[in-house]
Amino acid sequence: MSAVTAVVFDPTRDSVDARRTRRNRRLAMLAGYSILLLAALTYVVPFLLSAVSAFKADADITAHPTRFAFDHALGSPSLHGIRGLKSSTVNFPRWTLNSIIVTTSVVCGRLVLASLGGYALARMRFRGRQLVFSMILIVLGIPHIVLAVPQFIVMKQMNILNTYWAMILPMLFDCADVLVMKQFMEQIPVEMEEAAALDGASRFQTFRRVVLPMAAPGLLTLAILRTVGVWNEFLKVLIAVPSAPQLRTLPVGLASLQGQFGQSTPWATMLAGALLTTIPMAIIFFVFQRYFKQGLSSGAVKG
Amino acid sequence: MAIATRPRPTRRRSSFGQWLGRDKRGGKSLFEHDVRTGWMFLTPFVLGMTVFIVLPIFMAVWVSFTDWSGITPPLKAATNGINNYRTLLLKDGLRRTDFSLSIKNNFYYVIFVVPIQTFLAFVLAFVVHQKFLKGKNFFRLAFFFPSITSSIAVSLIFKFIFQVDGLANAVIPGKPVNWFGNSNGLLHNVLGVFGVHKAPHALASHSLMGLSLWDWLSGPSIAMCAIMICVVWTTSGTLMLIFLGGLQNVPESLDEAATLDGATGWKRMWHVTFPMLRPQVFLVLILGLIGTWQVFDQVYAMSFGGPDKSTITPAFWIYYQSFRNGQAGLGAALAVVLCAIIAVFTFLQRRIVSDRAVE
Repeated sequence: MSAVTAVVFDPTRDSVDARRTRRNRRLAMLAGYSILLLAALTYVVPFLLSAVSAFKADADITAHPTRFAFDHALGSPSLHGIRGLKSSTVNFPRWTLNSIIVTTSVVCGRLVLASLGGYALARMRFRGRQLVFSMILIVLGIPHIVLAVPQFIVMKQMNILNTYWAMILPMLFDCADVLVMKQFMEQIPVEMEEAAALDGASRFQTFRRVVLPMAAPGLLTLAILRTVGVWNEFLKVLIAVPSAPQLRTLPVGLASLQGQFGQSTPWATMLAGALLTTIPMAIIFFVFQRYFKQGLSSGAVKG
Repeated sequence: MAIATRPRPTRRRSSFGQWLGRDKRGGKSLFEHDVRTGWMFLTPFVLGMTVFIVLPIFMAVWVSFTDWSGITPPLKAATNGINNYRTLLLKDGLRRTDFSLSIKNNFYYVIFVVPIQTFLAFVLAFVVHQKFLKGKNFFRLAFFFPSITSSIAVSLIFKFIFQVDGLANAVIPGKPVNWFGNSNGLLHNVLGVFGVHKAPHALASHSLMGLSLWDWLSGPSIAMCAIMICVVWTTSGTLMLIFLGGLQNVPESLDEAATLDGATGWKRMWHVTFPMLRPQVFLVLILGLIGTWQVFDQVYAMSFGGPDKSTITPAFWIYYQSFRNGQAGLGAALAVVLCAIIAVFTFLQRRIVSDRAVE
């Protein structure tokens, strides 16, 4: 701001200007904080209300669906919402286990495939490389829903519907992963690899001993972003296990709660389920915050 | 990321191995056997991609020419030519009306969600970026948090809030709205306030693709509005981060120079900041266009297409016809049409991204 006063010559105007700037700044601050607070409320309140409601008794939710406190007269707080997550048709513990199994296998598999493929595309020179690269770029834009029916056929022909394989295999091959790793590997200085080659290391040794350690930050960012993505994946799992309720993952199980209890909606159970589905990712999010920022700025997130 | 499609001059090759080993750049690698290792590295991925992505693309097209029900052995399904496409696009009937409905619903969804989420994301980023504000990190976290939450969990939370006696109606003044019980279009509702309840003759008597012009002009249904609010709430925080990255790249000296030239806050934003953010605006718009044409999860969890088919979208209708209604052939035909719609936007994105790379 001192730069502004430097070019203004009239001393009386100077003081008026300075006062106006100060007032404007105070106004801007007020406006800025109001917008931020309003937005933050809009973002926090739905989660807060759901968290409270998950521990309300049914009568309490029906009577006060918008209240942030428990009505002790109506039996709140209560654990019956959480208890509803394990019944004859609802099996949240098993669904959580399924989510963990599917997410871990898919993310690990993808990291291996993406680092191998990304490295080959980034560094090796061979016929067909350009073809594979172009194919990946073309396939990248195909919407998931378009692949739903034919992927279902493929799994049906392979006889793996309603198994873990049906959930894991179709999610294992992601073109965006390979592209991201290719870009990342291209940024690693090639001199290191040349030195390894001169020392007589093979391609694979160089990859494992030199390239992979240097690509570790990129791999970690990718792993975290994809963990969230696979954990929350809905459509692919929905199609993979149509008639095996015990094999559902958390999002698919959560969506199936709606029809389970006849006419009345079991809000406490549904909100408790939503909460339990969110918590693991929330923990990952808070622990690895800076990787999310990095991932977004490097374009590793698909829209 | 630009795709190189220029034909390469062919060279004489002495042996197949040598041919495989050559790349367009013609450079020789320091390593021996790069051909074999290269393909060894790529084969697992290429194989999987072929089986689970490339092959299914061709199969989707094939199924769209059959009457496969989704239950019987798929390879024995009878082909029926362009029948599915005819039912969808040409033949008068329920199927074509449904198709038009899904396109109409999704169209309104797109033209509401994309501008609003872009605008909100920009405003949030702009405010969070201001230097004189404190606690930025908290706000950034709060805004981004919905992006890591399962779409189904968010949908259920919003369904809870959009109940008749829920939080949304408590906050919004006026008569409580029955969000998921109202299939009337927003525009029809607004016109209803002014006493227009029936369609003018000109609009009711003309129809396009099995839907009267009056119905085409309905606007999104009230149920769709609830879904739109839920989606905008979820995505604005993610898109905010893209803008924030752009804002951080605007050099401070530029802002100071504009201040020196006497540009006020608004002018500075409009003439200096905004032009610098052009690439981010394009990216957010195109990502939005591609994403919104595929909306599925929220429709499935919040309204399941209802009430009165007023929230069916092409993506939802593909799923419903293929897996719930025994009409996989028809669903596949719709999938091909949807793919064409999205391809247009993807193509635009590629053009813009490669333009940026050239600059």
